[in-house]
Amino acid sequence: MIRLTVNGAARSFDGDPDMPLLWYLRDELGLTGTKFGCGVSLCGACTIHLGGAATRACITPVSAAEGQEVVTIEGLSPDGNHPVQVAWRDQNVAQCGFCQCGQIMQAAALLKDTPKPTDADIDTTMSGNICRCGTYPRIRAAIHQAAGQAPASKGERL
Amino acid sequence: MIHDAKMMADIATAKPALDNVSRRGILGGAGALVLALSLRSPARAEEAKAEAQKFGADSMPHGWRDDPKIFVAIAPDGTVTVTNHRSDMGQGIRTSVAFTVADELEADWSKVKVVQAWGDETRFGNQDTDGSRSTRHFFQHFRHAGAAARLMLIQAAAKQWGVPASEVTAVNHTLTHAKSGRTLGYGAVAQAAAELPVPTEVKLKDPKDFRYIGTGKIGLIDNFDITTGKAIYGLDTKLDGMLYAVVARPPVYGGTVKSFDDSEARKVAGVVKIFKIDATPIPTEFMPLGGVAVVAKNTWSAMKARDALKITWDDGPNAGYDTDAFRKELEAAARKPGKVVRTQGDVDGAMAKAKTKVQAEYFVPHLAQAPMEPPAAVARVKDGFCEAWACVQGPQAANDRLMKALKLPDDKVKVNVTLLGGGFGRKSKPDYVVEAALCSQAVGGAPVKLAWTREDDLHHGFYHTISVEHLEAGLDEKGMPVAWLHRSAAPTIGSIFAPDPKHELPLELGMGLVNTPFNVPNLRLENPEAAAHVRIGWFRSVSNIPHAFAIQSFVSELAHAAGRDPKDYLLELIGPDRKIDPAAIGDVWNYGEDPKRYPIDTGRLRGVIEAAAKGAGWGRQMPKGRGLGIAGHYSFVTYTAVAAEVEVDDKGQVQVKAVDIAVDCGPQVNPERIRSQLEGAVVMGMGLALTSEITFKQGRAVQNNFDGYEIIRIDAAPKVVRVHLVPTGTYDGPLGGVGEPGVPPVAPAIANAVFAATGRRVRQLPIRDQLSA
Repeated sequence: MIRLTVNGAARSFDGDPDMPLLWYLRDELGLTGTKFGCGVSLCGACTIHLGGAATRACITPVSAAEGQEVVTIEGLSPDGNHPVQVAWRDQNVAQCGFCQCGQIMQAAALLKDTPKPTDADIDTTMSGNICRCGTYPRIRAAIHQAAGQAPASKGERL
Repeated sequence: MIHDAKMMADIATAKPALDNVSRRGILGGAGALVLALSLRSPARAEEAKAEAQKFGADSMPHGWRDDPKIFVAIAPDGTVTVTNHRSDMGQGIRTSVAFTVADELEADWSKVKVVQAWGDETRFGNQDTDGSRSTRHFFQHFRHAGAAARLMLIQAAAKQWGVPASEVTAVNHTLTHAKSGRTLGYGAVAQAAAELPVPTEVKLKDPKDFRYIGTGKIGLIDNFDITTGKAIYGLDTKLDGMLYAVVARPPVYGGTVKSFDDSEARKVAGVVKIFKIDATPIPTEFMPLGGVAVVAKNTWSAMKARDALKITWDDGPNAGYDTDAFRKELEAAARKPGKVVRTQGDVDGAMAKAKTKVQAEYFVPHLAQAPMEPPAAVARVKDGFCEAWACVQGPQAANDRLMKALKLPDDKVKVNVTLLGGGFGRKSKPDYVVEAALCSQAVGGAPVKLAWTREDDLHHGFYHTISVEHLEAGLDEKGMPVAWLHRSAAPTIGSIFAPDPKHELPLELGMGLVNTPFNVPNLRLENPEAAAHVRIGWFRSVSNIPHAFAIQSFVSELAHAAGRDPKDYLLELIGPDRKIDPAAIGDVWNYGEDPKRYPIDTGRLRGVIEAAAKGAGWGRQMPKGRGLGIAGHYSFVTYTAVAAEVEVDDKGQVQVKAVDIAVDCGPQVNPERIRSQLEGAVVMGMGLALTSEITFKQGRAVQNNFDGYEIIRIDAAPKVVRVHLVPTGTYDGPLGGVGEPGVPPVAPAIANAVFAATGRRVRQLPIRDQLSA
């Protein structure tokens, strides 16, 4: 039996300990905000926080989360208003939106460790997260906004 | 952008409204109602056949409907619910459709919701979301729907107050009779409005009064759900008792299962069923490739069991497909005369007399759309009824394939459309929805979620074609072409629909080949034969990619040969401003649009080239190792140009420093999303220019995942992307496409910039490390 905490709630799992956390979260807990994009840690769509660190859920077995705190996009903020989420909406970052949960989780981790990231910091930390729609210019702008490095809102969006 | 005969002949009888959950939520409540009126009858497939030629939405299967009964609902509390029938894969159509209706309805945006139509083109009109058509085809119809609903609300309020309708205004969800100072909310009269006769004439707003359209101030309607993980994509539907499946498919197109041993796979905990799916013979159309399916209690078990299968394949006729060898075949074909698809003047005579001759060949490999969400679907086939939930660009196409595979009538199939985690053409082909249904059927009716892994996506795709473009030009003493010869050799998309066609379809030829808009006296365009050995499908902007890459690179080469500035040379080649009838130059397709309303306007093409050049500071002195390149292209009845600034380091690595992209798509309905689409097109165009390629050995795709199939990441994305929206036209006039036209000019602009930076000409994509040698 594996015991862990997911978004503040105690959970236990007695299935295959090798099951990636990704499928445990999605199939067993119904937390589908954590996305599948590659399965081998190449795209970042499945990024979660494990023990506070950005982690790829697709290559992390459930057993590795034993006794740890898992936070998914659903648990990032109680009201969905984490500064990164707000900035993402202000900048209308998303196109299809599929990768954006992973991008937001990665960006939130970046800002926790590096509150005022440079473009180089953003390149280094965010380059593991692919966006096929190509929203990178806005991801960059949103991270700067969330870090308080850009006007909070252009005041042009309802 | 393609419609097979089956879709064209689709039945036109009304399908009963089934249990559409989202609509029921709005309509089934106490006293909620639907405004009912019909402005025009829908274009039916039979009518389309009966008439000579139709254009725009009328030319599509099932045409269009602008009936507010179908698209607009107003609840007693005033909530406006707009039904959107187009799939949203990131272009923001759910937002644009909703605010277009809301604007003409004079609705308060905070009281507007959008629900997604299920697949039923008889009811909703054409739902085939590709070809950059959603706003182009449906903007006016949604305006009409909103305006008609507003008029009925006004009439209902006037009746209640006993005043002339002309004295009542509807502004921002409030009906007002100024003379008496009375007001009513929309919800209060919605019931009465629905009982009024249908207005035969509606007056659209004056665009200067638009509240939302054209402002660029409306955020994405799904923004909150997307940023909080609540948005539901094809992979996210969850039903009670749901099982999970993956399929092992033949590694070679046309291959079949010879035999399989599932004894180890059955030992994996959670496995429910393992069964063979019959292969669809070539041409497979949109039907499944076949293989061995594994259904299990979770995705992980299904994947583990699939890995444990021992399958012997019969690889079939494409077992020898090798893209290196095939490229040589294409080159050989392109070096010989081929089927002439357009000719004017005497190319051979002019070429013989030309002062200078220039010749070049360009190569673009197969590409995979690789949407971030691989194909996925949930299906439940139970009690003779199939219901699916899927990320599809064409839900009617999915519906029809389910009918075929399950031998069910239309009223026993329903396809619900989720958000799409990217599409780019891949999700127009619903093979994965059929696979999900076959899995559900095989387990006796439990709902099954069918997932494709990234490897599945790259190994069993509907790939962008592979092409060799051969160009020759004869130049006069001023360096301008007097003769132009272009041969385009590429397997056709038609090969998934018909046995072994060897020539490009009119719609492929019409993507930047036959409609080459240059002012050249002697010109011949040819299409040599090419066979397909994989499923060829459309990839965002389709044949415009190789055609634009070749033509816009070649123009830059000619400018160099003539010792001229590439931008000036390109503009001179395009020639004086004029409107070209596409049909007069052999383009019978013109993106399905009326050539009279949509002539090729060379002035608009010049306009975007000048706008991109100006944005980039064209002509400025560049530091060593840096260069500016330019390209302009007409596609999807829109004009786009890119000026790219690149730096090539001493190791031959290309970095794109800045991109200026200019677009003239006619009136701009949602400028915010136009910018977003073009920013994204720059990145996707960069990917195919610099890194992305699918190759085949022994019939098998070589690339497995994002390590082999490289997508542009944030560190390679340009720090500067400037989008220039060139304003033209009025909101009552013709609109251009937006989703795709940004892609084609990106790669040639980069290649031209590389030449400017290094003096080295790139003629094959992707560039990768070609410059490091």
